[in-house]
Amino acid sequence: MISFVSEVAVIPGGENIYQCIQCGVCSGTCPAAGEMEYPPRKMIALIRAGMRDTVLASSSMWHCLSCYMCTVRCPRGVKPTELAHALEYLADKEGYRVKGTSTPAMYHSFVDSIHSNGRVHEFGMMLKYYLRTNPLAALKMTKVGLSLFLHKRLPLMPKKVKGKEDLSRMIQRFREAGSS
Amino acid sequence: MRYYSYFPGCSSEATAIGLELSNQAISQPLEIELIELEDWNCCGSTPYGSLDRQESVLVVARNLALAEKTGLDLVTPCSSCFVTLYGANLELRENPGLMRRVNEALAVANLEYHGNVRVRHLIEVLVNDVTPEVISARVKRPLNGLKVAPYYGCQLVRPDYGFDDPESPHSLDRLVTSLGAEAVPFALKNRCCGGSLIISDESMALGLIHKLLENARESGAECITTPCPLCQINLDAYQGRVNSKFNTNFDLPVLFVTQLIGLALEIEPKSLGLNTNIVSPNRVLEHITKVSQEAGSGT
Repeated sequence: MISFVSEVAVIPGGENIYQCIQCGVCSGTCPAAGEMEYPPRKMIALIRAGMRDTVLASSSMWHCLSCYMCTVRCPRGVKPTELAHALEYLADKEGYRVKGTSTPAMYHSFVDSIHSNGRVHEFGMMLKYYLRTNPLAALKMTKVGLSLFLHKRLPLMPKKVKGKEDLSRMIQRFREAGSS
Repeated sequence: MRYYSYFPGCSSEATAIGLELSNQAISQPLEIELIELEDWNCCGSTPYGSLDRQESVLVVARNLALAEKTGLDLVTPCSSCFVTLYGANLELRENPGLMRRVNEALAVANLEYHGNVRVRHLIEVLVNDVTPEVISARVKRPLNGLKVAPYYGCQLVRPDYGFDDPESPHSLDRLVTSLGAEAVPFALKNRCCGGSLIISDESMALGLIHKLLENARESGAECITTPCPLCQINLDAYQGRVNSKFNTNFDLPVLFVTQLIGLALEIEPKSLGLNTNIVSPNRVLEHITKVSQEAGSGT
């Protein structure tokens, strides 16, 4: 059986994990660290300790804002932002239902919107997100949504890309080739 | 005239309509032509790359293949599109195996990508191709005395594209001062606004926005300017939510850099989409009117 760290190291984004020296610059830099049970340094330590389930069930990586400050500051080139994305990919692929974050639902609503329209339709994406998570929470957003709508910034209908069918076929082909 | 292939990004059709209108409005006076990439699709942004990195590269590659046919640099005004298009382009160039798989999939639509597109941010084009000096020479209504907090956000300068300093950027400052305005020292100018996590992690994001607004105000700014659609919506549309949550009274207009440039070029505010800004930009407009009246009366 391969170790968890070597599993992570072959996922796009996880390649540089062996370089980490546990200095903690990433965690000290991260604007979302306060939200994370396992900030980046600790997360890497857990991966190297083989705590697969603890890591993948955690909400920590889903709080990553992709601000890339850790990536810029890491003295070893670990690219913790990419590592967070790699862990999100793995957790999502394996169907972990993560408590304490709605980011997976938001990301899925976003990608679904691309698959349906070829482009993201922001209003439709938000609607789907709230239906997926907590429809009542949409109520507190009505003021922001309404002011965007009144300022002509929230069209209710999506714009479709002519090549949407092409995009779908490309994705289909890519998936088939990847699984063969 | 300089010609570019142009990738507006999905928000240009909705929440960042002010960015799109102002980009179009300033193009002609600055002698650039932004030719919209025909039938472009969403770049996938952070969500697609987080859920499936390799497939997200394919989604970008369709746009790169379309752009390559034009022979022009691909320019985007959106920082999130930029980090995504730029990163995928780099990955395709460095990973021949992925390039091959991507091209097999692109072939179903008779497309092929060879890795020849140069992906650029509109701000980099304004700084390096148009240049602040030329912009300054085109200014008709200088924004003299207007105190502006230049807000870079993250993905315009990070991870690192070699065009500005990721830790201490200065490109926006140069654009702001080229208009006659004052770029106030803004310590948090490259810190995160929360990005799209304003949707799923609102309380954290509001905290970050609060810090940014507070720092901009302490810096003496009368308005904030940013190129990024996500930064703009978070600081502008959510300013009211920050005020309710933190019991504050922020009333800071948040203009796209291209809106600010347009005002200095004497373009009508409506053509720049300033009616779509949620915190009223009237204070900025009044300042400019006052400056030009004073100049007109010779004082």
